[in-house]
Amino acid sequence: MDTYSIFRQIADSWVLLAMFAFFIGCILWVFRPGARDEYAQAAGSIFNDDELTSAKDPAETSSNTRLDVPHDNA
Amino acid sequence: MDYLKLAMFAMIALLAAIAANFGHDLAYTVHAVIIMLVAGGMFLWQLRQVDEDKPLPDVSGYMDGPVRYGVVATAFWGVTGFLVGVFIALQLAFPVLNFDWSEGYANFGRLRPLHTSAVIFAFGGNALIATSFYVVQRTSAARLWGGNLAWFVFWGYQLFIVLAATGYLLGSTQSKEYAEPEWYIDIWLTIVWVCYLAVFLGTIIKRREPHIYVANWFYLAFIVTVAMLHVVNNISIPVSIFGSKSVQVFAGVQDAMVQWWYGHNAVGFFLTAGFLGMMYYFVPKQAGRPVYSYKLSIIHFWALIFLYIWAGPHHLHYTALPDWAGTLGMVFSIVLWMPSWGGMINGLMTLEGAWDKIRTDPIIRMFVASLAFYGMSTFEGPMMSIRAVNSLSHYTDWTIGHVHSGALGWNGLITFGCLYFLTPKLWGRARMYSMSAINWHFWLATIGIVLYAASMWVTGIMEGLMWREVDANGFLVNSFADTVAAKFPMYVVRAAGGGLFLAGALIMVWNMWMTVRAAPVHQGAPNNAIPAE
Repeated sequence: MDTYSIFRQIADSWVLLAMFAFFIGCILWVFRPGARDEYAQAAGSIFNDDELTSAKDPAETSSNTRLDVPHDNA
Repeated sequence: MDYLKLAMFAMIALLAAIAANFGHDLAYTVHAVIIMLVAGGMFLWQLRQVDEDKPLPDVSGYMDGPVRYGVVATAFWGVTGFLVGVFIALQLAFPVLNFDWSEGYANFGRLRPLHTSAVIFAFGGNALIATSFYVVQRTSAARLWGGNLAWFVFWGYQLFIVLAATGYLLGSTQSKEYAEPEWYIDIWLTIVWVCYLAVFLGTIIKRREPHIYVANWFYLAFIVTVAMLHVVNNISIPVSIFGSKSVQVFAGVQDAMVQWWYGHNAVGFFLTAGFLGMMYYFVPKQAGRPVYSYKLSIIHFWALIFLYIWAGPHHLHYTALPDWAGTLGMVFSIVLWMPSWGGMINGLMTLEGAWDKIRTDPIIRMFVASLAFYGMSTFEGPMMSIRAVNSLSHYTDWTIGHVHSGALGWNGLITFGCLYFLTPKLWGRARMYSMSAINWHFWLATIGIVLYAASMWVTGIMEGLMWREVDANGFLVNSFADTVAAKFPMYVVRAAGGGLFLAGALIMVWNMWMTVRAAPVHQGAPNNAIPAE
């Protein structure tokens, strides 16, 4: 078989399946248990302090997430 | 290290001088001279720094220098690109503007790629680079990775723009839409782009936030995919190392397919994914509310990524491209409607509970209008990709109208909103100098886009119908020149719409200038201190 046909056959079968499975997996992953809190935190993370201070440690950053942000659809 | 840099700049200047001497064509010679002057200037600048005591740069805060320059460059290239656009719109309406004395340099054919590249790559590209550097630092709580590499990305990108723009005017083009620059400019852009990827990715890797915020996902998809598209679509062999001409490796319908795989994904990843990255940071930030649904943002991200890459063949209906490929592109284009609207809905619904801000905050109004235009053009696009609709719309002005409702409406307005958000922040001002000027800008731009899109719908559909009109004996009724004559009033309206859009951008530049010039307010100004009008 020539190169084109080999590639074509692989693309039509296993690669198609793999990409489709990856895509479905991504969607399922979004709905995993515990995702809601994590995403609410991520969505609110942009409202953390705008200034970069060298002393700030990561733990503190995530704890004051969305302190003053109303969010009723989390 | 200083001496090494000196030797390097001297070597580049020398090689560029040799290349200028041996150059086979004018564009190549001019480019070699530009590179020689830039390298010479860098040499002198470096020379003045040798053995000087350099103060250590303050690396404790965010690196906002390149962002500030990027904001200025965005405004500058925006106005330049819009100005050229209005001029070529007038050239189409009044051909006498293709002056005899500028023939071969400033006629429509030479200025048109200058306009498209200036607005897409210079205005849009600078906006994307500047906002991505701003957003990735804030959302990662980390300074840009790579030290001065970010400066190299900024200035290297400007050099790319200057080389591309001068090349078009002097006739150096590989005739691929949105990928016109010749081989050595492509190589330079590849180097700059890889550095851009390194800076962006490096910052994400050293982030101090646990999560990679969704805006960064969109930016990263944009950077990675554009790198891939650019390299594959520009595989060519130079005729001579001393000339700008090159020959494409692909030929015939394969070349056409690669070109539109590139072309449509330039829309999908440059003008959509990148700008959605902007949207996911600046719209929630300006509204003061988190994004409506974070889950939806992830799902529509992956849907966009998986679908967009297949949509290119819809540019090649009724050509030598096999029908199955055209159908594939068409089907994927229609399926794309859903993730596109997912993004639009997610952006608009972020204002849930704060709808009054559309009335009180002109920047939010700009973001909302931009999302509305995004929704409209991503509905129009899939519709036009259907083969039957395409038989009417293709090669007509309808396509031009579609592109501009997306580019002026979605990309333009969201960029203006970001500039209004960033300018006070970056220069330490409480707010923009004039809120009513933003309002003026909004209405001028919106009316301009409506005039533009409406006139292009009318002229496009009219043109398509005139082209296919046959008499009882099966002869075509209209000659091509008949359609050109019939389009004149719509061309004037289109130029007027573009003029309004340009006027709005000029008001924005004035407003930005006055904001930067105004006395700085005391530090620690509250976030989002935008008053009701």
